[in-house]
Order: sequence, then C-alpha cells, then structure tokens
Amino acid sequence: MTDETGARSRPPTHTAWRWALIGLAVAGFAAAFGYVAGWLAPGRLTPHRLVNAVAANGGEHAGFRRNHAKGVCVAGRFEASGALAGFSTAPLFAAGTSTPVVGRFAVPGSNPYAADSSVPIRSLALRFDLPDGEQWRTGMNAMAMFPVATPQAFYALQLATHADPATGKPDPAKTKAFFESHPETAPFLAWVKTAKPSASYASETYRSINAFYLRDAAGDRHAVRWAMVPEQPAEGDGGPAAGDTDYLAADLGKRLAAGPLRWHLQMVFAVPGDAVDDATRAWPDDRRMVDAGTLVLTSSQPQADGPCRDVNYDPTILPRGIETSDDPLLAARSATYADSYLRRTSEEAHVPGTKHPGEDKR
Amino acid sequence: MSRSDTFHPFARVLHWLMALMILTMLFVGAGMVSTVETKHDWLLAIHKPLGITIFVLALIRLGFRLTHPAPPLPVDMPLWQKLAAHASHWLLYALMIALPLIGWGMLSAGNYPVTLGGGLLLPPILPSDPLVFAWLREAHRYLAWLFFLTFLAHMGAALMHGLIRRDGVLQSMTGGRTPD
Repeated sequence: MTDETGARSRPPTHTAWRWALIGLAVAGFAAAFGYVAGWLAPGRLTPHRLVNAVAANGGEHAGFRRNHAKGVCVAGRFEASGALAGFSTAPLFAAGTSTPVVGRFAVPGSNPYAADSSVPIRSLALRFDLPDGEQWRTGMNAMAMFPVATPQAFYALQLATHADPATGKPDPAKTKAFFESHPETAPFLAWVKTAKPSASYASETYRSINAFYLRDAAGDRHAVRWAMVPEQPAEGDGGPAAGDTDYLAADLGKRLAAGPLRWHLQMVFAVPGDAVDDATRAWPDDRRMVDAGTLVLTSSQPQADGPCRDVNYDPTILPRGIETSDDPLLAARSATYADSYLRRTSEEAHVPGTKHPGEDKR
Repeated sequence: MSRSDTFHPFARVLHWLMALMILTMLFVGAGMVSTVETKHDWLLAIHKPLGITIFVLALIRLGFRLTHPAPPLPVDMPLWQKLAAHASHWLLYALMIALPLIGWGMLSAGNYPVTLGGGLLLPPILPSDPLVFAWLREAHRYLAWLFFLTFLAHMGAALMHGLIRRDGVLQSMTGGRTPD
C-alpha cells in the first residue's frame, strides 16, 4: 500500500491528454443529458410544443386547461353491474360496488369563452376514486373516432388549421393539403359532416376512442373500448334559443335539479384483427358489448371552484385490471395533459414567468 | 478490509449502485417530460419506483456515513477544494433525499395516486393543493438540473484526483490500490 505522499511523488505524464480526457467525460455526459432533455434535439415534438400548437388555435387563457377549456364539474357515483368482473380485476367492477366519481363535461378547444355551438363535439372526463386509493381517470369524447392516429399527425393537424392572422380563418389550401396527405382522416371527416352540436350534455354518448386492455383474474387480457351510453333520450324540441352561447351548463343544472342523470358503461370487446393501436379506425357495431354498470350523476358545480378544477384527467391513470394499449395517442395525451396541468397550476400559483389568471381577454 | 484511506466496502457498494441508479433516474426524468412517444409511459413507470428506492437507500447511506467517517482528504489539497468537496458531498446527500420527497409530495399535492406499479400504492404526504403542486413541480425540475450539474462537478473532480493529482482520493472509492 502506498501512502498519500508516495502517491504524489511521481508527477503525471501527458497532463494535457489527461485534462482532455476529463473534459471529454464531462462534456459527453452533459451532451447526452442535453439530447435526452431535448435541448440538443430541436426537431423533437415535445409535450410543450404540442400544447403550444393546440392552445394557439383558441388563444392562451391563463389558469385554464389548454384544451377542453370550457366545462363544468359534475359529481356522482358508478354502480357496478358485476357483468365485467370476469374480465377485469379492477375492484370497481365487482357486483354491487358503488364508486364515487368526480367528473367534468366540456367543449373541445382552448377558448374557455367559446360558444357551445362552436364545435359539434362534447366531452366527459371522469375520475373514479377506489377505496384503496387507486384511481381510474378517463377522458371521453362524443365522437366515433379520432381524426389522426399519431401525435405527430395531430401536431401537423393543429398547424394546418391555425387561423391565418390576415383572415382570422384557417388557410383552406393548407387544410386541404393536410387532409389529402393524411388519408386516415377520411372516416372522421365523413362522420363530422353529419355531426351537429347537441343541445345537452345529457343525451350524448361518450367514447374512450383509444383502446385499452382489461386484465382478468387469470392474467388474460382483453382489448376493449368503452362508451358511456345515456339513458336520457335526445331532445326533440329544437335546442337552445338563438344567441344563447352558454346553454350546456344551464341545461345540465336544470336537469340535475330535477333528478340524477344516468349513463351505462358499455365495454366493447375487440375481435382479432380489430385495430387496437389506431384511434382513427372505429370497430364495427356488432362487437360484443358488456354493460359494466351505471354512471349516476347527481350534481354539478362551476369549474372555477368545483372539485374537477384541479384534476388532470390523464387517461393513463388506471387501477389494476385496466391497462393502456399500444395506441400512441395515449402516451401523448398523458405527456401533454401533464404539461397543460403544470401550466395552469403555475399560473394560479403566480410562478415567475407565467401569466396571471384573469389577465387574458375574451 | 477497513483501511483508513479507503471507504468501507459497504459504502463503496452503495456509492456505485446509487451512482448508476441516480444517473439513470436523471436521464429517465429528463427524457419522460420531453417526449410524447410511448416511451413517456414506461419511463414514468420506471421513474417512481426507482425514485423511492433511491430515497430509501439514501437514508441508509446517510446513516452509515454519519457513523463511519470518510477517509481524510490529502493534507496538501487547497482549502477551497476541500470546502468544495465537503459542500458538494452534502449537497449530493441533500438532493438524494429531497428530490424523491419533492416528487412524492408533488404527486400528493397534485392529487395523483402515487403508484409504484403492480398495484403498489404510497399514501399522500401532502394535502391536495394545486399551488403547492406547481411550486414543487418547478422545484423538482430545477433541483434535478442542479443534481446533474453537481454530478458533473463530482465526476470531474474525481477524475482530476485520479488522473492529475493521483493522490488516492479516487482509489478511496474504487477500492483499487493507489498507484505505486
């Protein structure tokens, strides 16, 4: 063994090379970190860029969600039928189980002041609070399929439909070019032509759009999508009065004052060959459906101080017994919802560099 | 096997094991928040249980370090380097313990279930509060960057000891014999 003085007794040779080696090691680690973090990968589609692109279409509104910004909180419970218990170990599906639910109805888009009739789509997000602390969060939309299959195509769609500053409207040539180069959008375009803005949240069918897997007690998994199918029939009375832009929340409050609203959680099972990783392709109507139970909504609250305000409805937050599929949109939803959640909570917290809520104009 | 110029073997095992885990953790964290690809999901699934493991190991390591002093630094080291060595070591300990706690606290305040995979669930350590979430989330980011910078300085200094000064400081952690 050599003592410390002995170790230093011989000065090192090739000192310049030794310093260079040290510098290389430090720079190498720094560069690798910079690449992974995205600073040295300017072309990467980050959650931040994607959220910027979505929010740009409806304007940045501090304190609000960057998409589905206009909405209303609801509360209630989910009463399991027990019919799904054989397909998923998630405790909320066991017969007779009642699980509290905090939910949110909303209108797509980043503008919290948009007219309810501005989009023919409504959404329903739910958080099921299981007794052991587990949660199931889901964000569903009242549409048959998603326009695009990947986050990259979704980003391109946002850019192609940005309002032209000169006209205030999307450039038709850019929009046309996008849809022509993305044939997977055809089913959505055909569907949306027939879609009309509904007069009520209560009469819509909300779908998971993305596929998931149920895991049963034997360990087998089953590819599914789900739909919340309303008990309430669609109204035939022509809908809201002309000029009313906020009828959805008012209609919901009026209905809930008269009694609970109910939906059935219909679990739709794929057969081999059905697209499990592609949200642009709806499954045929004849797929096996299992009625997992009844969603009973009993009250609504304004989102400004309601219990849904601080919930990030990340659809990848799942209890045991439900798992994500390989649908690439799911990870993108998780990553971008987290970014949106941090933005609006930072704005509420007045973190330096953020806009304060209320500074934005309608 | 407890020479006064090397760290205890248990300390050395913990050091290299945790070095690997912490580096992995920093890269996983930086990667998962900068991608919308499916790797976001599995990186996140690694991040939480790995963070808790680092937290537990850091507490064990801190307890061991407090009861088993480190070998003394070479007497001829300039004072500023000694101070920097001590300060950076305690900063590393503080970050090893603080970052997982902040991550856990931030998920609690953000009203997220703190899942570790396989149905394993940690209780919330803070009440639900979006403002607390936002501050902790920002702290988690900037302290992680500080952690990475401290790691770079630590590694650079260790290599400087091993390659330039050749004073046995690097060998005190690698356990190899000092050059003779």
